[in-house]
Amino acid sequence: MKINQKSLFLAAGFVVLFGLGLQAQPDAPGRQMDYETKGDTTRSIAAYFTPVSSKKVTPDSEGFIRRWLLLEPISKPNRGNTVFTDSYLRQAFDTLYFANQFTILPKDGEKVKVGEQELAWHALDSKNFNTKLFRFAYGLRKPHYGVIFWAVTVVNCPQEMKNVRMAVGSNSASMWWMNGKEALLLSGDRRMVMDDCVSNRLTLNKGKNIIRGAIINGPGMSDFCVRFLDETGAPIKDLTITCE
Amino acid sequence: MEKIKILGATALLTTVLTGTAIAQVGKPFIHDPSTIMECDGKYYTFGTGGGGLISEDGWTWNGGAERPGRGAAPDAIKIGDRYLVVYGSTGGGLGGGHDGIINTMWNKTLDPKSPDFKFSDPIVVASSENMEDCDAIDPGLLLDPTDGRLWCSYGTYFGFIRIVELDPKTGKRVEGNKAIDIAIDCEATDLMYQDGWYYLLGTHGTCCDGANSTYNIVVGRSKKVTGPYIDNMGRDMIKGGGKMVIAAGGRVTGPGHFGRFVVENGVEKMSCHFEADLDQGGRSVLGIRPLLWKNGWPVAGDNFKEGTYEIESERRGYALELIVDFVRMPNLRHRFGQADDEPIKPVPSQELADVIDTWPKGDIGVRIGDYMFRPHQKWTITAVPEAGGYLGGPYFKIVIAGTERALAATADAEVIAVPQFTGAPEQLWRIDQLTDGTYRIMPKVVPNSKEKLVLVSSGDSTPTLAKFDMSSDNSKWNFKAH
Repeated sequence: MKINQKSLFLAAGFVVLFGLGLQAQPDAPGRQMDYETKGDTTRSIAAYFTPVSSKKVTPDSEGFIRRWLLLEPISKPNRGNTVFTDSYLRQAFDTLYFANQFTILPKDGEKVKVGEQELAWHALDSKNFNTKLFRFAYGLRKPHYGVIFWAVTVVNCPQEMKNVRMAVGSNSASMWWMNGKEALLLSGDRRMVMDDCVSNRLTLNKGKNIIRGAIINGPGMSDFCVRFLDETGAPIKDLTITCE
Repeated sequence: MEKIKILGATALLTTVLTGTAIAQVGKPFIHDPSTIMECDGKYYTFGTGGGGLISEDGWTWNGGAERPGRGAAPDAIKIGDRYLVVYGSTGGGLGGGHDGIINTMWNKTLDPKSPDFKFSDPIVVASSENMEDCDAIDPGLLLDPTDGRLWCSYGTYFGFIRIVELDPKTGKRVEGNKAIDIAIDCEATDLMYQDGWYYLLGTHGTCCDGANSTYNIVVGRSKKVTGPYIDNMGRDMIKGGGKMVIAAGGRVTGPGHFGRFVVENGVEKMSCHFEADLDQGGRSVLGIRPLLWKNGWPVAGDNFKEGTYEIESERRGYALELIVDFVRMPNLRHRFGQADDEPIKPVPSQELADVIDTWPKGDIGVRIGDYMFRPHQKWTITAVPEAGGYLGGPYFKIVIAGTERALAATADAEVIAVPQFTGAPEQLWRIDQLTDGTYRIMPKVVPNSKEKLVLVSSGDSTPTLAKFDMSSDNSKWNFKAH
């Protein structure tokens, strides 16, 4: 254990020394020019999110779900992301951080207590196919490294859909539940890749389906992307997404 | 218990047959090696933190290359008679900001001992500030062979990989050029062009964690240098897409920082570092592998592994063999109509001892024939450490298994098997995996000749030495471990 901690520290030190790897990604609307993204230094979520203003939305043209209720980050210090083994994650995500953690369908602005932290839920539409958690935390002037994010959304289905799969990419590790049942665990020091991990066959109920995710990250960028695929692997877009 | 013994024997035999992959020798310790450059007969690569490696032959590497500016993950390219070196300098890191700068500088030579060795002052060609979606480090260069334009990709996991255009005459950023986002989830990118496609190579996975580093190199391709770069599944690299080029294997982990070196048509190499070579104390080392092209995608081949093989011609599929009498095995054919209730007994293979006394004692000619797994067709190939090497590999001796009878080039550009391997240069062989996955077999020298000749099939059954021709299966061979 000591050896692991030491090696992680040394690894982190090497990265600091040479200014090498940080964690993954993001994506801006289209392919931007550097003179435009200089604006990213402004500490705001406005470049990446808009507050939910409509009753419902549909997935985007590729099926990605962009509407999410995001909880301000829970502090969970980690010096690196290589500690995110399956067993570590199960323990981290089984830990109860706030009341009704696995059943809550929060409202925008609702607050929960996590230890000494009082954290608010934000109902947001992402401007990108992915939900940029680093930008969410950084823009709100919250801790952005060494954190756990919780995300909730409601997928409304016009009729029951069998044999669908939930496809997720996340940075770093994450766990996902649908209607209270575990659907996916993405372990390891992971970067967000679309359709990286895909659930076993699931059934989307007619009407509401609650999707819940927990994403953990040490240093570097953090984000996720979620969509549903049909039996042929094609994205499912005949859905509406709400926060209630 | 018996089963365990058999498995153990099988494992031992497998080890004997396939040997081990050999890494570069010398002190090839480096992180983020730049694309290998050849300058006045020597090879050079620069790394993170300044300095780099030099090799006389491409196989033995040691420190000594000089690059000012320190910083991270340089790249290099030869344009005209000058070398352009690009590198990133940064004050960022895990706990810091992301102010990065990409610099270029020129030199007439890479040999620090040359009187012409002098780097020009660095020129800033791209930068990143504060917490914007980019780290301006880890640059890679491409001189577009279709129009002569010069491009530079750069960036890390912190945000986007970007591409900018540089002036190939000055190394400066083209005036008015705007950076374009082309990927995420990458570090240490590089670009290359092949058959109408632009390829973006990116390093994915965990860096800088030694034996636990999951670094790997992935690729996407585009019809335009500015993207979109799409992987084999149709995923844009700006959404994390990428097809594997090389991952951990053997006793090395974490390949990163791709570089391409075209030896000649059909013979290509890729350079990278391995985060940890377990045979070299877990240090980060230079790796050089064959670069193959499969269905329009680049993929790392394997360095040749020592072992005992059939040497199969790609022309006909016949096998290289000694010109000796074919010694028949006992005729054990099962007669038609014979009862099938007799116990089945394995038939032993023909062994060297069964036939060697029938072979001439002096030089023996070599031909190509039907492979029958007979002793005169089995070649043991091992590296000759004291013989040096070439880009990515050591010279090998090729002997009949169980003997020191060695394949050799002759002064009249033919091949024979001499009775004893002596280490003479005409008995040393360079083995390169070609871009289509077959192999080229080339003697270190052809006696009394300065020509570079390779082993070819002049007929289905006749080998000779001739110029290498990638378009002909005559020049290609396969090594089959049966």
